[in-house]
Amino acid sequence: MTTITDPQRETFRLGMLIYDTRYRSMTIQVVALIAFLILIGWLISNTAQNLADLGKEPSFRFLWEPAGYDINQRLLDYNSQDTHLRAAVLGLLNTLLVAVMGCITATILGVIIGVLRLSPNWLVGRLMTVYVEMFRNVPVLLWIVFIMAITIETLPQPRDFRGEDAAATMKVFDSVAITNRGLYIPEPLFSRGLGDVEVAGNRFEISLDLILLLVVFGASLYASAQVKHRADRIQEQTGVRPKTFWKRSAIVVLPTVFTLAILGFHLGYPALKGFNFQGGIYMRNSLIALWLALSLYTAAFIAEIVRAGIMAISKGQTEAASALGLRPKRVMSLVILPQALRVIIPPLISNYLNLTKNSSLAIAVGYMDLTGTLMGITLNQTGRELETVLMGMLVYLIISLSISAVMNWYNNRVKLVER
Amino acid sequence: MSGTHAHTVAYVRESMLPEQAPPATEVGIIGWGKANLFSGWFNSIVTILSLAAIYLILAAILPWIFSPTWNATSLNECREILAGLGREGEHGVSGACWGVIRDRWLQLMFGFYPPYPITPDVNIGEAPVGSGVWPAYFRPILTFVLLIVALAPVLFEHPPRKLLYFTAIYPFLMPWLLWGGTIWSPLSVLAGFVIAFLVFRFVSTSYSSLLGIILAVVAALVWWMVLSGYVVDALDSILPVGIASVDSRSFGGFMLSITIGVVAIGCSLPIGIVLALGRQSDLLIVKALCVGFIEFIRGVPLITLLFVASVLLNIFLPPGTNFDIILRVIIMVTLFASAYMAEVIRGGLAALPKGQYEAADALGLDYWKSQQLVIMPQALKISIPGIVSTFIGVFKDTTLVSIIGLLDPLGLSNAIRADAAWNGIVWEIYGFIALLFFVFCFSMSRYSMYLERRLQTDHR
Amino acid sequence: MKKSVLLGALTVAGLAAGAAAAATVDDVKARGKLNCGVTTGLVGFAAPDANGNWDGFDVGVCRAVAAAVLGDPMAVEFVPTTGKTRFTALASGEIDMLARNTTWTFSRDVDLKFTFVGVNYYDGQGFMVPKELGVSSAKDLDGATVCIQTGTTTELNLADFFRANGISYEPVPIETNAEAQQQYLAGACDVYTTDASGLAATRATFENPADHVLLPEIISKEPLGPLVRHGDDEWADIVRWTLNALITAEELGVSSANVGEMSMEAGSNPEINRLLGTEGNLGEMLGLSADWAKNAIAAVGNYGELFEKNIGENTPIGLSRGLNAQWTEGGLIYSPPFR
Repeated sequence: MTTITDPQRETFRLGMLIYDTRYRSMTIQVVALIAFLILIGWLISNTAQNLADLGKEPSFRFLWEPAGYDINQRLLDYNSQDTHLRAAVLGLLNTLLVAVMGCITATILGVIIGVLRLSPNWLVGRLMTVYVEMFRNVPVLLWIVFIMAITIETLPQPRDFRGEDAAATMKVFDSVAITNRGLYIPEPLFSRGLGDVEVAGNRFEISLDLILLLVVFGASLYASAQVKHRADRIQEQTGVRPKTFWKRSAIVVLPTVFTLAILGFHLGYPALKGFNFQGGIYMRNSLIALWLALSLYTAAFIAEIVRAGIMAISKGQTEAASALGLRPKRVMSLVILPQALRVIIPPLISNYLNLTKNSSLAIAVGYMDLTGTLMGITLNQTGRELETVLMGMLVYLIISLSISAVMNWYNNRVKLVER
Repeated sequence: MSGTHAHTVAYVRESMLPEQAPPATEVGIIGWGKANLFSGWFNSIVTILSLAAIYLILAAILPWIFSPTWNATSLNECREILAGLGREGEHGVSGACWGVIRDRWLQLMFGFYPPYPITPDVNIGEAPVGSGVWPAYFRPILTFVLLIVALAPVLFEHPPRKLLYFTAIYPFLMPWLLWGGTIWSPLSVLAGFVIAFLVFRFVSTSYSSLLGIILAVVAALVWWMVLSGYVVDALDSILPVGIASVDSRSFGGFMLSITIGVVAIGCSLPIGIVLALGRQSDLLIVKALCVGFIEFIRGVPLITLLFVASVLLNIFLPPGTNFDIILRVIIMVTLFASAYMAEVIRGGLAALPKGQYEAADALGLDYWKSQQLVIMPQALKISIPGIVSTFIGVFKDTTLVSIIGLLDPLGLSNAIRADAAWNGIVWEIYGFIALLFFVFCFSMSRYSMYLERRLQTDHR
Repeated sequence: MKKSVLLGALTVAGLAAGAAAAATVDDVKARGKLNCGVTTGLVGFAAPDANGNWDGFDVGVCRAVAAAVLGDPMAVEFVPTTGKTRFTALASGEIDMLARNTTWTFSRDVDLKFTFVGVNYYDGQGFMVPKELGVSSAKDLDGATVCIQTGTTTELNLADFFRANGISYEPVPIETNAEAQQQYLAGACDVYTTDASGLAATRATFENPADHVLLPEIISKEPLGPLVRHGDDEWADIVRWTLNALITAEELGVSSANVGEMSMEAGSNPEINRLLGTEGNLGEMLGLSADWAKNAIAAVGNYGELFEKNIGENTPIGLSRGLNAQWTEGGLIYSPPFR
């Protein structure tokens, strides 16, 4: 039997806060926390003092006052009598719109360019290098204003489409109009549509047609997944995989097509009426310039990431996988891609983040995103700098943190698959 | 053997045939082209398409670039020159108007910085009499030449060791050269660091290093905040030595971009190191604060931070403080850069083999000593390429200051276009700015790649 | 290792900054320079030339105030401000006065807490369209795309006008005049709307000014004038009466050419004498030297000269005096008496 003797308890001395490593970390943390709190308190007291001197009181009441200005590119209904809050929400939606569009095209472009840079064709490889260096080494703001200037100066104005001997014509069977004000493409219309439902006291309208289509499409995707599952099971049991391609395609496509037919789907074409084209989906050139510039700029970075990712996978991996008897398609999906993605995804996330943050440069071309509405005209008209800028920063922070959270989650999943 | 063959078999060749040149289609330009450009029908099509694209782009741009308008003094004069040459297209005349660059390139480079500020009372736009020794804009030019000298220990492989002293002094020299004023101000700032160092040496040898650091920071702050002002005033009245002071408002053009970029990166380096160490530390609160700061800064766009600089920073500071806008922008860009710098240095720290930490511990070095002598020198060295690319990023992002009304190259382009003589100019200025940015950033990124390779071989 | 010098620079700057609570005029005198907020560039009103010297109608007001207070019209530090930064710059004390074609409105005066010291240009928002559109009235603009400069009252006026007339439009918000002009000329918008003076100034620089017309509608009142912070009445008085001095000088026939001669000794007109400091002590009342108004007028000329030199009919901008003629000639420019 052993007796555990406690080490002699030292009496606590003040000096131990600094010399004793057990307490020292505590001391440092407490000091750091106090310093931080003092800093925050100091900033807040300064702010309160300064605002009092200016005779302003922090208040978010302005958000419920009529904005008074109009927004040209919008995803929701809006007029100048709506509130500043609604204008800010529209701005936020515009930010998200251009960010999502930009991320998608930047990824596609970036992958293509990254692969082409490794092309055995000398000329293509060099061209892609020139592209990458050209876009990476010039500020994105310059690209945005530059591309905006190109759309304004080189594309035809709506006036040019007029008359018998028009200087410009509509493209793609007269369905798409490319003007220096923006791009008009056909819009989906439903002659037997279900209408819209208003939620939250008619602040937002949700199209029932869209919901129905989404539900139908989602259900068919689910059904298709079930067919795949069954095929997997059969393959496991019998070793023979039933042919499911046609079946699955039909399940995915037919119900949606059928629903569209029931709803009376047809396309609405843009047509020149008065000063502008009317009808169709309208993308302003500010949106297009911003979208293009962000995509092209970010694509240059993504291309480098993709190239590095591909080059990081040693040739031995491919050969080993082939030696195991995997078919080329499976080599790609089971061996190469998971490993390359592991290298590619983390920098890709930070590039998506950068793209989203860079979308705030919309202000340079007059695209009404969050910076243009809340931190732009609303700030100007109400003079509420503190509230608007802090609100804007908070929103961007939330967007960024959500993107990194989602992407980190995905990244972890990719990691697990690999190990 | 060959001897026997010579007698028995008549047709065996005795000497080697000389090597023949490979067929003409395999070597030289043709062979190279065949291998690299036309190695299959698909590749051939791609090559031809690429050539067509290059031709179309060049055919559109080159005639525009070659336009004899260098000496024009206004856009209308350009139009007349071009119309005189018969170069009229469907949208008026076609051709660049380079006169604007000749007229404004100094402004695009230096903003409104006075060309000849030498002594405190000479601060004028025209060359003073007898000032032939000083070329125009020698102060900013000298500053940036010295910057390269100060960076020599990083840039070149075997710099003279004495250059390190210059590198240490440069951060104090640079603001003085650019902003001017009395020599005593930078010296007093330097003195603050000397005081801090002495306090640290004294306290850490006799008490503890942590206490030393805290007291050193306090002593330096007391010196800067309270004492140095009086000392500088006193010294200046006794021995006024100085050069003409230049307001930061006169800064503009590329000089402004470079100044913001260099100062922000220089200042963010120490902050970034502290943040990176904090993020790696076991102390929960310190770690949380550092992570919070880094993620906050990285989560918001730079433009919102610049809005803070332009409209909010004065509200956050005590009533009555009033930095000019450029200083406020530098503060915010520094905070921005330090978050990114922290991540770069964290990467450097993570890349160090664990054995280095353990070896330092085994030598009995305490935390700060091991950081200072073992960890940081290596981690920073690995991080240099990352630091350079952070700098390139920050340098490019300085164009954003044009949105809050500062006259960086892009901001100046608006001011120039507001001049009645150049109203209507678009591509020439954008092209010029883009070209300069490209030259700066491209050479820096190439250099950083070279450094990366060099450091890799050094390290392994 | 490279240490930061920023902290040191900050403390030095912080010490130099001094307290903003002191009277602005004392700050300006102590500094020896007037910090004047102007636009980042608007033809005729404020733009820097190749040497970085600012010039223009608004710039003239800044120079006049500097001449009155410091005796040196060149002792001005011009701070380019955008629509967003201008009010903050003034409120935070970064600039002493703002002369940036800013419209005097109720909310800016009362809610944002600024003092408008007067009006140096009576403007109104107008429309410019290409002649070939064949539009003769703004009410024909249904469905048009309209370029507007943001950060001004313009976009609110525009929204109100189109709503009141029940017609639709598409706004194109643009940060600077130069870009707005580019978009308008390229046909990216049908109409360009801003202050009528700005429209005229912009049209003057077109390759073919005659191809564009200003529509007859003026949809708003835009009294543009210099402004200062609330709460420093002495400083407001100085700026207000410097502007009035320029106006009065024109009314009384004092110009930069004859001001030197007229201020040598008291003449027959007592108001001129009071203005130029040869009689009475108006300068002293303002806390300035007796020749404050003389300095201002000598530096930039009287109101009429300033107008003619920068935006008048002989400049490329070619604005006629119109509303901005002296009240004696049917305009609105009217200064209270110097008495």
